[in-house]
Amino acid sequence: MADKSGNRADRPKRVPMPERPPEERRNDWDEVPRGYTPDQARQEASRCLLCKKSPCIEGCPVGIDIPGFVKLIADGKFEEAADRILLVNALPAVCGRVCPQETQCEILCVLGKKGEPLAIGNLERFAADWKREQGTCPVPTPPDPSGFKVAVVGSGPAGLTCAGELVGRGHAVTIFEAFHKPAGVLVYGIPEFRLPKSIVADEVKRLEARGVQIRTNTVVGKLDTVDELLEEYDAVFVGVGAGAPMFLDIPGEELLGVYSANEYLTRVNLMRAYDRERADTPILRSKRVAVIGGGNVAMDSARTGLRLGAEEVTVVYRRSRAEMPARAAEVHHAEQEGIRFHLLAAPVRILGDERGWVIGIECIRMELGEPDESGRRRPLPIPDSEFTLEVDSVVVAIGNRPNPIVPSTTPGMETSRRGTIVADEKTGRTTKEGVWAGGDIVTGAATVISAMGAAQAAARDIDAYLRSPEPRPWEIETCSTPGDGDLA
Amino acid sequence: MNEIIAKHSLGPGIFRLEVAYPKLARKARPGQFVILRVSEDGERFPLTIADCDPERGTITLIFQVAGKSTALLAAMKTGQAILGVTGPLGVPTEIERFGRVLCVGGGIGVAPLYPIAKALKRAGNHLTSILGARSKDLVILEQEFRALSDTVCVATDDGSYGRKGFVTDVLTDVLAGGETFDKAWAIGPVPMMRATCEVTRQAAIPTVVSLNPIMVDGTGMCGGCRVIVGGKVKFACVDGPEFDGHLVDFDTLAKRLGTYVHQEKRDYDACRIGLDQPSRKDA
Repeated sequence: MADKSGNRADRPKRVPMPERPPEERRNDWDEVPRGYTPDQARQEASRCLLCKKSPCIEGCPVGIDIPGFVKLIADGKFEEAADRILLVNALPAVCGRVCPQETQCEILCVLGKKGEPLAIGNLERFAADWKREQGTCPVPTPPDPSGFKVAVVGSGPAGLTCAGELVGRGHAVTIFEAFHKPAGVLVYGIPEFRLPKSIVADEVKRLEARGVQIRTNTVVGKLDTVDELLEEYDAVFVGVGAGAPMFLDIPGEELLGVYSANEYLTRVNLMRAYDRERADTPILRSKRVAVIGGGNVAMDSARTGLRLGAEEVTVVYRRSRAEMPARAAEVHHAEQEGIRFHLLAAPVRILGDERGWVIGIECIRMELGEPDESGRRRPLPIPDSEFTLEVDSVVVAIGNRPNPIVPSTTPGMETSRRGTIVADEKTGRTTKEGVWAGGDIVTGAATVISAMGAAQAAARDIDAYLRSPEPRPWEIETCSTPGDGDLA
Repeated sequence: MNEIIAKHSLGPGIFRLEVAYPKLARKARPGQFVILRVSEDGERFPLTIADCDPERGTITLIFQVAGKSTALLAAMKTGQAILGVTGPLGVPTEIERFGRVLCVGGGIGVAPLYPIAKALKRAGNHLTSILGARSKDLVILEQEFRALSDTVCVATDDGSYGRKGFVTDVLTDVLAGGETFDKAWAIGPVPMMRATCEVTRQAAIPTVVSLNPIMVDGTGMCGGCRVIVGGKVKFACVDGPEFDGHLVDFDTLAKRLGTYVHQEKRDYDACRIGLDQPSRKDA
């Protein structure tokens, strides 16, 4: 069982995640990591030191009992392990795949001081997958109805988490989703090879089985305003994400073949343009693709371009490798698959032919200067260092702004200069009574799990507010943490 | 919801659907649009709302079969429900009492023009309408426009009805006859809107156009519908669909509309083959 010494030279090594070889996976859409086998999971779980202080839990935005579920895996109680996670995390199969564990729970793991930290993410994924594939436990019996109704706007990670928490506390929850399928960025943004859509669908189905209603094709702010929802519901949670794409604002962005990452990924993921036999939504299948940006979305776009049949995909990023916001594992996967990187380079203009199609992108080399407000060294152009890449598609993946539809139609709900909703950091309360907000619409583009953490806190405050016997003054302590996300 | 209450043919390949959606019928304003999804693997595509009846709880959609998605929509029958109707999207038309207003509609563009003309008339404007089409059987909503407008002129490209020529030919004559206008709307194919805006620019008539670029979500999330207006990038779905026609870069709009021409033609051809086979259920 667990090796308690923590610093012995012969301490067992981290069990590597089995992965499909690059030359195989770059030609299809199937998931890249295969997941642990039960033996591998038990072996890895038994490395846990079961520290009393459990620093890993501190690093988890939703506070999963990490040593608790890991111990259950080590003991072979896989379904119980999943149930332990599900107590606080409605989307374990998603988080096990897309959370940046290396900067959250795993970075705090005591094992990491002398060797490799416990593979907490891989184990979370294993437990969730086991329960989905082999599990026998029925949906938990719902608590007694509270009699309260809550509207959740947006069905991404924040909305799903908030809905799960609230339905678990007996409230009637309706989610409003603008697209025709629920799950937000989990279905339109993150590609199949990183997060299979059937897994997302299963997590949504579990919420529906617990009583959550989902209304798709409903744009709040257009069909119903938040004020109108408040007439029917006792509370409203706004988790609409940061869904307005930023462009480079350079000449040539109107050319045919220039996409925002949102459009490129939505066409392929949500609209299934990769399946040209069945899906009607078209996508350009370009030979040479340039992806601008250094975040996870840029990596997703690049690897998507490759799988659409591109011969050459190049990521252009204006800083160096060290400043890339993408997870190291994603950059590594992209490199393995043959994605090329032009680091310390920034696009200057996109070149087109007379019919308006992209034929190239002119870039300039950069060097790093003094640190800027983000703490990273500011990239500065090197004069006369322009060069041209011949490409026929350009995907712009430099970040997203908050979508203004809900904020602009909700009087009394304060927003920041950046367009994010002002909400209390601990409770998610906005300046409008009865309205909470969480996720990217509050922080700016950030991670799935931070949105889930904010949604969980908001749900708990909504529950307390609804059940409070006394009317309370609606006060919030102003805050709105600036987020950086993929903005590079 | 989304049930087709009535379906009429307005001409070859042109259909009018009355669709039950009470809340949308109450909320939609002239100039707004919906995004439709007709089949599980189908596209999301925008259609401007051609009319609303809040009392009946219905919206009216008028469309011309132009590809696979519209062909599938045309194949639907009364009583069937459209898979997805999302809206109302876009910024409503700014309706005021401008004075003398000119409404120019080309082809299927006459349909989105209709609710705008209706609201303009209700606001007390004097209305001159010019409707154009390729030929007589493609002229739509003429009676409806006659009921609203103080003057109606019709032009067909082939001269099979009304005056032979383009709407701009009629407009040039109307202006030469000394008529003046305080405001104009021009909705139709890109070349027609561009040509109309050239004429109204000469006559210094502020002109609004409604653009229909390629879209996916319709909520400002993909940016596929970006258009250049006055040198600035705008998203037609959330900043429009109406813009100042004298500032629109029509050349870029026309090019971008052709992005998927080859792929769509292939789908449409395959679809027509499918439609000819009565056994195919989803047709």
